[in-house]
Amino acid sequence: MDETVAEYIRRTVLKIPRDEIKTMLQKWGFLSEAQLETVNFHQIKDNISQDVVQLCEENSADIKQAAVLDIIYNNIYPNKRIWSVYQMNKTGEETEFFDLTDFKKKFKRRLRSALKNVTINFREYEDNAIWIRIAWGTPYTKPNQYKTSYVVYHSQTPYVFISASVLRSNLPLLCQALVVASNYHDIREMELRSHSLNSLQDIVFKRYSQNFQTYCPRPLSERNVAPETVDLRIIQENRNEKERIQRLNREVFGDGPQPKIEFAQYKLETMFKSDPKMDVLDKKEPFRCLIKFSSPHLLESLKSLAPAGMADAPLSPLLTCIPQKARNYFKIREKKGLLPGSFVSP
Amino acid sequence: HLTTSLPLPSERDHLRPRIDMIVFMIDIKSKYSLKNVEASLAHVDASFFLGKVCFLVTGVGRVNYCSVEMNAIWKLGEVYCSPVLFCELELEGIRVATAQRLLRMLQICAGHIPGFSALSFGTLMRSSADD
Repeated sequence: MDETVAEYIRRTVLKIPRDEIKTMLQKWGFLSEAQLETVNFHQIKDNISQDVVQLCEENSADIKQAAVLDIIYNNIYPNKRIWSVYQMNKTGEETEFFDLTDFKKKFKRRLRSALKNVTINFREYEDNAIWIRIAWGTPYTKPNQYKTSYVVYHSQTPYVFISASVLRSNLPLLCQALVVASNYHDIREMELRSHSLNSLQDIVFKRYSQNFQTYCPRPLSERNVAPETVDLRIIQENRNEKERIQRLNREVFGDGPQPKIEFAQYKLETMFKSDPKMDVLDKKEPFRCLIKFSSPHLLESLKSLAPAGMADAPLSPLLTCIPQKARNYFKIREKKGLLPGSFVSP
Repeated sequence: HLTTSLPLPSERDHLRPRIDMIVFMIDIKSKYSLKNVEASLAHVDASFFLGKVCFLVTGVGRVNYCSVEMNAIWKLGEVYCSPVLFCELELEGIRVATAQRLLRMLQICAGHIPGFSALSFGTLMRSSADD
């Protein structure tokens, strides 16, 4: 077995939390149950990985099998990477029957015709999701297994989720290969990025709880059964206001859990509005400013702002439109025309 | 009676007893909180500021998250001639001690301590702070 393959397998196993190693190896299926029984999964990870590499040596693992283990790891722990969402489109043709073998063949051929030194692996999952792992080399060097990009393509949809890694220069090539292989015309990057792949899928496939304008026949106070014992000596003077905030929040955010994104970025290209006497920026150039909101769970924290008394309700639609518009990167420009204001560019 | 801002809703006026003391709570982590308090102060009758108002600043345990300037708070206390108390609601000991202090102040403001009025207490608090 190649030394680089052995090292790669060793490092991949080291990434896995100790309690999960056996299950993941079983999913991989490259080592037999009998072989797995010989490994002590309670020793330190260093030793476990050495034992696993030894067994892989016996089975003569090559880079293809090692790559599959890597895909399995990233499929179970996708949140370690940042994912971007891309949308493909074709002009008005009917949806063709998706042929997986054809897709794989075309993808590999297109990619390899431009760059010979790549390792390409596929793995299909339920939900029509195809995971593609690409390890990039250069025209003169072998593929570097540690410089990988991952693509998740849901074949019944025009959406592709890409985790590019450092080599962004290979991105156009990757996009081209995807378009060709899937019989679309072009591909564009949506302004939507997050660590949580599931949440990106939720947003794009509209799987989160959405706000609907429902008619509530019963007043809200009847529905909210407060489980905690209410101290009758404490009187809430603003009960109406609190209920208004809850109702607005529910209308905007819905009832269920929010998709998990970590940041929202707003790039302002608007004019600075000041007292004309202040004579600031009399050149009348746009005031360039970048506002970034970050949080371990941005949408949940926005949802709790008004009830916590930290912001007025309703919140700015620039913040609340994130799931509906399926984007978290915005450019805000001046509205041209008679009325001063700003609008969000597509 | 708890409220998030003043003035109090007028529809409950007939249900409300006499108000003896107003404690304005400012969360040192939120500028919004200070702004809210400043806006609400405008709705308070001047007679309350003779010892029946106090400012309670919360969240002082977390120094890294201070958003409100201390100068602004001291100034508020000076301008409205009212004492400023500090506490950290997340620690039970301090929470209980602060509640006991406020209760004592309330007793004075409600006139339950004979020979000691809210005004005299207010003056006492202020002169000791200046020392």
